[in-house]
Amino acid sequence: MEVLVASAVGILTAAGIYLILRLRTFPVIVGLALLSYAVNVFIFASGRLAVGLPPVLSKAAQGYTDPLTQALVLTAIVISFGMTAVIVMLALGAFLESGSDRIDTDDEGEA
Amino acid sequence: MNHWIIAPVVLPAILAPLIVLFMRHDLVLQRVFSLAGTGALCGVAAVLLVTAGSAPPEAYFLGNWPAPFGIVLVLDRLAALMVALTAFLALMVQLYVIGTDWDTRGQHFHALFQFQLMGICGAFLTGDAFNLFVFFEVLLIASYGLMIHGGGRVRLRSGVQYVAYNLLGSTLFLFALATIYSVTGTLNMADLAVKVAALPEGDAALVRVAGVLLLMVFAIKGALVPFQFWLPGTYALAPGPVAALFAVMTKVGAYAVIRVFSLIFPSGTAATAGLFADLLLPAALVTLALGAVGVLGAASLGRLAAFGAIASMGTLFTAISGFRPETTAAALFYLVHSTLATAVLFLVADLVTDRRHDDALSRPRPPIAQEGLIAALFFAGCIAMAGMPPLSGFLGKLQILDAMRGRGMAVVWATILGTSLVMIVGFARAGSLLFWKSHETLSESEPHRPESLGFVAVGGLLAGLVALTLAAGPLSGQFASIADELHARTPYIEANALPERQP
Repeated sequence: MEVLVASAVGILTAAGIYLILRLRTFPVIVGLALLSYAVNVFIFASGRLAVGLPPVLSKAAQGYTDPLTQALVLTAIVISFGMTAVIVMLALGAFLESGSDRIDTDDEGEA
Repeated sequence: MNHWIIAPVVLPAILAPLIVLFMRHDLVLQRVFSLAGTGALCGVAAVLLVTAGSAPPEAYFLGNWPAPFGIVLVLDRLAALMVALTAFLALMVQLYVIGTDWDTRGQHFHALFQFQLMGICGAFLTGDAFNLFVFFEVLLIASYGLMIHGGGRVRLRSGVQYVAYNLLGSTLFLFALATIYSVTGTLNMADLAVKVAALPEGDAALVRVAGVLLLMVFAIKGALVPFQFWLPGTYALAPGPVAALFAVMTKVGAYAVIRVFSLIFPSGTAATAGLFADLLLPAALVTLALGAVGVLGAASLGRLAAFGAIASMGTLFTAISGFRPETTAAALFYLVHSTLATAVLFLVADLVTDRRHDDALSRPRPPIAQEGLIAALFFAGCIAMAGMPPLSGFLGKLQILDAMRGRGMAVVWATILGTSLVMIVGFARAGSLLFWKSHETLSESEPHRPESLGFVAVGGLLAGLVALTLAAGPLSGQFASIADELHARTPYIEANALPERQP
């Protein structure tokens, strides 16, 4: 399971970075989303992986998995959702204003 | 518990939604409430500054949860100083915004402004690394709105770049925090300070990775080479007063470096000995050189001010990289100075841009309304920025030079002195093109409505610089004791009242 989670984080990160390095806004936004998935899985795994254990203490349970990382990941997910919405709207606005979705254009030359 | 500690976060947090919900259509009401809120923030900051100055660091336990498990805010003298600086700068910027009607060019300026203040104050006060991330996001999401305030094609497009870059930084921050959590099992800063010091040797590599990741995140915020690409475009294209407020946003990065790397990874830590200073110093010197060259070659006034800001961050990080009490004290003095000086320069740039309708520095243009006064303000701002006597930039740089004696001193001195010269030449070129050569062209100075409040704001910031210069002696003593408190660490850790642990 460790190998699976680790490679999932690695592949998501690699794909995300590749997409961020593209020239148009849409791939960049998808890349940022992939990267935030990768970091969410990573945060989740940083509390150690455990199968079938409850996140809070209960008398019947054999053990428990770390509840704090779940709280952290929840916060991170909410924030990354909000941020994705912001950048989508912003990219849309920039596209409608300038008619181009290139992200890298040097603004000084054409102002 | 001292409930004033949470006031700088709660006050704007309540005010901003009220402004959005109930005052959307009434600009006068927005201005009154927003200004009153910032004024109250100044008052609270003054109270906190006095409280923190006379007592050891104090923690505020949200929901009364004990320290490593709940969320804490910690007020120490550094946090109080930063909050006070933010409040003063915000008040001046707000006066300027109202004086020049910037808030009529788009919607929700005052609400976003208050949210930004909430994020900045929270980032300074929090004693929890994850909450530092959350407050970073709060201040960033408000800054996205402020940066594209007033709209326009070019501004929107550079806004996308700015947001994308900072989202990348946020992701990096989360990676760093998760790594730290997986090694130590805590994110409370005081608890981290205890745990990292007592870490088994096998975990040293992981902690080093996490520390360097954190340093990268703060370098993005502080526009340190090689992470400075977002700053010139963003600051040059953001509305002038917003760029002036952003002057304190880069300082959030500097603050975070000071806090985290003096508290959690002090230079004596076995796992990370010397690592951060070795990385930070070259980066800071390159930043400084790049900023100075940028000032010399800037093709527009906004970019001139932006590269000035980069150079000042380079100087600041050079001092921070010493990680000794005396270098930290010099860094704090320069931090306060450069925040005010950068803000002055951006506001003056906005005054000029507003009258000329563009800010290109490529050719002489006709004179502008109130040119004499604006030229004088620009002159004062440049003197402060370049670090010439008589303003406090000179004293700040002198303190940094003095504190950086020792290994590598030749390189540091040569860079700081050399870049100061380059910056003076750059500012002189810009100033003569803007104000002297303007008289060689046809005079068609168009009348401009008086905006005395805008000049009051710039004058207020300059008065802050003058006060910093005049009171440099006693204030340096204060900064030195702040630095001592930071490097002593124990009072900050004790304030968190961590439970005793059985090994």
